[in-house]
Amino acid sequence: MKNHLNYRIAKTKVMQWLVYLLAFLTVLPLVFILIYIVKAAIGAINWDFIVNIPKPVGEIGGGIANALLGTIIILFFATIIAVPIGILTGVYLSENKTGKLSYWVGMCVDVLQGIPSIVIGIIAYFWLVRPLGSFSAISGSIALAIMMLPIIIRSTEETLKLLPNSLKEAGYALGMPSHRVILRIIIPCGFSGILSGVMLAVARVAGETAPLLFTAFGNPFIETNLGKPMQTLPLLIFNYATSSYEEWQNLAWGASIVLLAMVLSFNLLTKLITRKWKIQL
Amino acid sequence: MENTIIKTVNYSSFFGTHQVVKNVNMEISKNTVTAIMGPSGCGKTTFLRGINRMHELLPDARSEGEILLNGEDVMKTHPILVRQKVGMVFQRPNPFPNLSIAENVVAGYQLNGIKLSKSEKEQLVEESLTNVALWKEVKDVLSKKGTFLSGGQQQRLCIARAIAMKPSVLLFDEPTSALDPISTASVEELFMKLKQDYSLVIVTHNMQQAARVSDKTAFFMMGELVEFSDTKKMFLNPEKEETQNYITGRFS
Repeated sequence: MKNHLNYRIAKTKVMQWLVYLLAFLTVLPLVFILIYIVKAAIGAINWDFIVNIPKPVGEIGGGIANALLGTIIILFFATIIAVPIGILTGVYLSENKTGKLSYWVGMCVDVLQGIPSIVIGIIAYFWLVRPLGSFSAISGSIALAIMMLPIIIRSTEETLKLLPNSLKEAGYALGMPSHRVILRIIIPCGFSGILSGVMLAVARVAGETAPLLFTAFGNPFIETNLGKPMQTLPLLIFNYATSSYEEWQNLAWGASIVLLAMVLSFNLLTKLITRKWKIQL
Repeated sequence: MENTIIKTVNYSSFFGTHQVVKNVNMEISKNTVTAIMGPSGCGKTTFLRGINRMHELLPDARSEGEILLNGEDVMKTHPILVRQKVGMVFQRPNPFPNLSIAENVVAGYQLNGIKLSKSEKEQLVEESLTNVALWKEVKDVLSKKGTFLSGGQQQRLCIARAIAMKPSVLLFDEPTSALDPISTASVEELFMKLKQDYSLVIVTHNMQQAARVSDKTAFFMMGELVEFSDTKKMFLNPEKEETQNYITGRFS
């Protein structure tokens, strides 16, 4: 009996260390990536780097202001497009758990999530860029919005499904019509979950390159017109890292760390906001 | 009868093809507490939810027959109007977690887009909370979230939310089954007070509670209304054998 107990204690210990080891292995790549990028890029980063546009080959200095601004603009409009559609679809799916239409909508969302980003880019190219006759920031926003949709829809749906039914009943029992129950009770109570889904979606597409290759295209200058090609951080990294000039490669490293910092801080912000705004049920 | 507020005529409800409530004919009088008791699954909650047409919100649910509220058939009235006249309190306290205590009380107005002036609102909050004996306990924390209160306080807050709408009938679906004995006592005490202004219908699986708080008691079994009479008579001298068996605890 004693032996058996010792054996079980030993087994627990082994399993415990195995779990620690595997958890450590998961974190390892992240640590290496961070160390490597910081080492390669730290020299390139300074205030001028943020506020200047790239200089031609041969000149010293230059920055990524055009790409930074372009990324912010394109992400902003992608969010504006994706949020209403995504949240409303998520509400629909959580309100109608059964039924043919919600089955098919849910299915489409899953398929949409599985479409490679380059395919979404090419679709946007054929549907928007070709008919409009020019590469444009707005076509990039739309391509990114399509990529954001499944994330927002699913997180909204899952959040709202977790809300107790008694909340809805309380609303109906007060004589509220269903649209008010959704707008005034369901969405406010699930707000932190919905918001974190939106933020995750933004963080997820912030680094997307493929859908922007043939939509936003890239631009060596600062551009704020949505109908014109616009530079973004991932595009800049893609173009400059593969060039043969060392200055440009350094620029790409610097842009990488800026992009990384942007995405990481977005993730942290999400965690903070959801903790702060979480509604105690 | 002039004193009748709710009268059901051959009222039945169904889930799909399964009939849960069978041809119930019942008259509920004004300013009384009517208790509905019966074994689990006897259709008492379904019947109660039929009165304010909450039943039909469930999938596959439908009902037949008439329910007359002050002579008007609620089955032919828009459910939103019915629910504004017939308030409901649920098994578990369900204050809106995103609203403060005061906002919860006037939720029926504010979330429905009915504008109240600041003084109307303050008056309504104080009046409703006083009516449920909660005003003294919460008057200094009105802007705190409703979910910070204890279970019993939350349930009284939900009652305040229901009576703020000035309904004529209040329905309670096992209102104390999630509460501790002290909170239960405070809610039961409240029934006595509330019946001066409202007509109360209470579903309970607790016979002692029915005996303590109600004027009249209905006994449901297998979806049928077996017996409906004065509470005293029901418990001392029931007419039907099933009632006798249930009360004496031969089954539950």
